[in-house]
Amino acid sequence: MRRFLNILLGFLLLGSTALAEQRFPPPDFESGYKIPAPTTPFARAEFLQYLDMAALLAALGVSLWLVYRSRSRRGIAALSLCSLAYFGFYRKGCVCAIGSVQNVALAMFDSHYALPLTALVFFLAPLVVALFAGRAFCAAVCPQGAIQDLVLLKPIKVPAWLEHALGLIPSLFLGAGVIFAATGSGFIICRYDPMVPFFRFNGSSLMLGVGAAFLLVGMFVGRPYCRFLCPYGALLRMATAASQWRVRVTPDTCTQCALCQHSCPFGALREPVPAAKSESLRGARKRLTVLLLLLPVWIGLGALGGSKLATAASMVNPTVKLAERYVRSLSGGEKEPLEIQRAEKNPEPVVASALDIRKRFELCGWLFGGWAGLVLGAKFIALSTRRKRSDFEPDPGACYACARCFETCPSERIRRGLMPVELEPTNKE
Amino acid sequence: MTGVGALLGKLAGAVSPKATVWQIDPAKCLRCGKCADHCVLEQSAVKCVHAYAICGYCDLCTGYFGPEPTELNTAAENQYCPTAAIQRRFVEDPYYQYAIDETLCIGCAKCVDGCNRYGNGSLFLQVRHDRCVNCNECSIARVCPGDAFVRVPVEQPYLIKTTPTTS
Repeated sequence: MRRFLNILLGFLLLGSTALAEQRFPPPDFESGYKIPAPTTPFARAEFLQYLDMAALLAALGVSLWLVYRSRSRRGIAALSLCSLAYFGFYRKGCVCAIGSVQNVALAMFDSHYALPLTALVFFLAPLVVALFAGRAFCAAVCPQGAIQDLVLLKPIKVPAWLEHALGLIPSLFLGAGVIFAATGSGFIICRYDPMVPFFRFNGSSLMLGVGAAFLLVGMFVGRPYCRFLCPYGALLRMATAASQWRVRVTPDTCTQCALCQHSCPFGALREPVPAAKSESLRGARKRLTVLLLLLPVWIGLGALGGSKLATAASMVNPTVKLAERYVRSLSGGEKEPLEIQRAEKNPEPVVASALDIRKRFELCGWLFGGWAGLVLGAKFIALSTRRKRSDFEPDPGACYACARCFETCPSERIRRGLMPVELEPTNKE
Repeated sequence: MTGVGALLGKLAGAVSPKATVWQIDPAKCLRCGKCADHCVLEQSAVKCVHAYAICGYCDLCTGYFGPEPTELNTAAENQYCPTAAIQRRFVEDPYYQYAIDETLCIGCAKCVDGCNRYGNGSLFLQVRHDRCVNCNECSIARVCPGDAFVRVPVEQPYLIKTTPTTS
């Protein structure tokens, strides 16, 4: 009965500030009852993050060795299965190089954000490897790549125009991901990762559907996410432009037998290109000059278009969205949701930070548009320039170093002793 | 090249070797119930936690019993909790202990709301780290109306309430 009166009293006093420090004081137990402490199960031990980093570096090292030294497709496949098991199913796809781009971008622009060391290592290590030796990370370390490589059944060739057009998306996605991360609006690259729901056996129906679609398409189009969406892939592709060591179909001389021609499921193998004739060279030079002059125009047009998108894009930011809804609620909009009630209690900081973020988005709109223009212009330039190529060789930017082409090369088969020397094409006559 | 150096310097300044995990700041939690269904896990990693030290051990627990219970007993119709995850156990007259069965708790915050509105606020939500996969971007944090999700150091991964709610 006393407790009941207490409760009544509590109801009556609700809202008044002169409330006692505790509505119901803790009882003095007479039966020797010990007040238990709440359980606090441990988080994943801190040293395990070093295990993740060590696993990444070791996998990168083994991958490099497999691609350049042992040149073994079987080894690459085995390593990618291990990576899929560890980074994919054991680590549930979280801490991954693709998402780490956003952590780094956020750390650049938000001085309060403490960048986890793991994220930095996952961002830098594959990039540094790509700078020197191509995309060994994509070959067998990335779980997203591994799962797509695994489902590849019967690769078809994607038409060149489609390949080039879709190939622009990763760079644009990278730009958008960096901007949304840098403004503290969210990690869209993680949010729209189609493979992670599979690693977790769980996810929103939308992303599970998208992931299933990617895997289905991936049975016939090699690695669709890597080629047409992966933002980190876009970064690696840029890094490989400077790489010293390149994956070659054979370390011996290429006999131009063209047997490797159709072995690449990812459309990365390039045919030999003869040196251009001088008259066509003149035309090409003129075209290149025009395209180079047009580049600032693309950038300018893109920036102008991007600046128009800025306000709409800023609505992705939760603070801007809240401020927007709060302002609307002042003029008779919905008042019910809890977040609006929170804004009502102390509206100034919410609105002020929303305005600040919106201002940053305006700049970001210009930057993103300019980036899109640059990507487009650079694509045109890349399409119109032709580089003399004497052998069949993979394009280092597009090559995932999967080692599939190696075994189709007769010189390579002879070197491995899989084929008698007298069948070598050059020895025939 | 100096630009790259400057960027790397900035990154080196921002990097922290200390691992962090997600946690709910109970002072900011609005008990909206979104933790129950926005976690990437099928069973949310957010569970109700009981800070016994600030509990009043009430017979009529406003976190345990729904509004106007027919009787103060463990019958399902009297309970707030949709999954009967709170175990009510008699300690001594007139006190009862309330413990959370985490295998049943779905993190819906119904009990948290009842306890904070009318009681001491000893029930509150926490991210349980034996379940949380520590996503880069917590998908509950994205929709949290109270902006209550914070990153805390991994050595002290819980924000256990020590002072009762008084308003």
